[in-house]
Amino acid sequence: MIGALAALLTCQLAGEVVARALHLPVPGPVIGMVLLFLALLLRRREAPPALEGTADALLGNLGLLFVPAGVGVVLYLPLLARDWAPLSLAVLVGTLAAIALTGRLAQWLLRRVP
Amino acid sequence: MSELGEIWVYLAREPLAALTVTLLAWLGALRLQRACGRHPLANPVLFAVLFLAAGLLAAGIDYRAYFEGAQFVHFLLGPATVALAVPLHRQWSLVRRSAGVAVLSVATGGLFAAAVGVAIAMLLNAAPEVIASLAPRSVTTPVAMGIAERIGGLPSLTAALVIGSGITGAALGPLVLDLVRVRDMRARGLAIGTAAHGIGTARALSVSAAAGAFSGLAMGLNALASALMLPLLWRLIVG
Repeated sequence: MIGALAALLTCQLAGEVVARALHLPVPGPVIGMVLLFLALLLRRREAPPALEGTADALLGNLGLLFVPAGVGVVLYLPLLARDWAPLSLAVLVGTLAAIALTGRLAQWLLRRVP
Repeated sequence: MSELGEIWVYLAREPLAALTVTLLAWLGALRLQRACGRHPLANPVLFAVLFLAAGLLAAGIDYRAYFEGAQFVHFLLGPATVALAVPLHRQWSLVRRSAGVAVLSVATGGLFAAAVGVAIAMLLNAAPEVIASLAPRSVTTPVAMGIAERIGGLPSLTAALVIGSGITGAALGPLVLDLVRVRDMRARGLAIGTAAHGIGTARALSVSAAAGAFSGLAMGLNALASALMLPLLWRLIVG
């Protein structure tokens, strides 16, 4: 498990360094995900079981990791009270319309290119 | 009384209390989700945020003091994002055949999500910095905050809107996809990951391995597409 955690942190750290060195607008962890993915592809075998276990444990509780930032909504209660209508409509309609469009488009394209 | 006061000072200063209540709130939220029969509307992130936000307001605790402790949980978002490579690799034989479809639908859907949100806020006369904070809200939190900063939004308001969008997409997205008859698990994953990033991916992973892999892929692709295109488009259109 420690080895797997070290591998994840190494990829994230490498991602942060690459993002800063090349002035990429993409955050380190996303580049780290690409790096780990490439490393797994190059192995030409299944991922090590310890890495699979640690990744599944982290991703199985992915929702928990958003909670501390989510509680930050308490900082914006006055702004939310003032602009609640445009904010909630934009979030609700924008998100659901995008889900409907992306889902339909992807399903249509997947039928053409199976 | 003074002894109680000392204990309170200790608890407020050390990360132990904030960390413990965050985990307890999450366990309570999972229990509530199970009690609701795992209905998509019963989202555990929403429950846990409500419990903790209500607790902070009731006890008069500053959010920054809470975050001092809870940041250890927040920190794990980075390694967890990296770990998304594992389910993607596991499903790679399935994903690689539809990589082109994924790029095209995610880039279209991601920009559409931003455009609809911005258009609604403009029609309802929201303040310019609020509109700019809304634009990157379907992208994963750290990228969204970076984009908001570049286009003149408020990064921490964006963080709250990103999480609101994630909860909305995770809770209502599956119902919308049923309504518009999207049954292909790959397409469902792409749609949820594009509009509801990691919170949607958490939900997709718990429903289907294929949907989870495509959702994680869509989240990464939308982060790349939006980070590259949104600031440019914003400068061209809004000025």
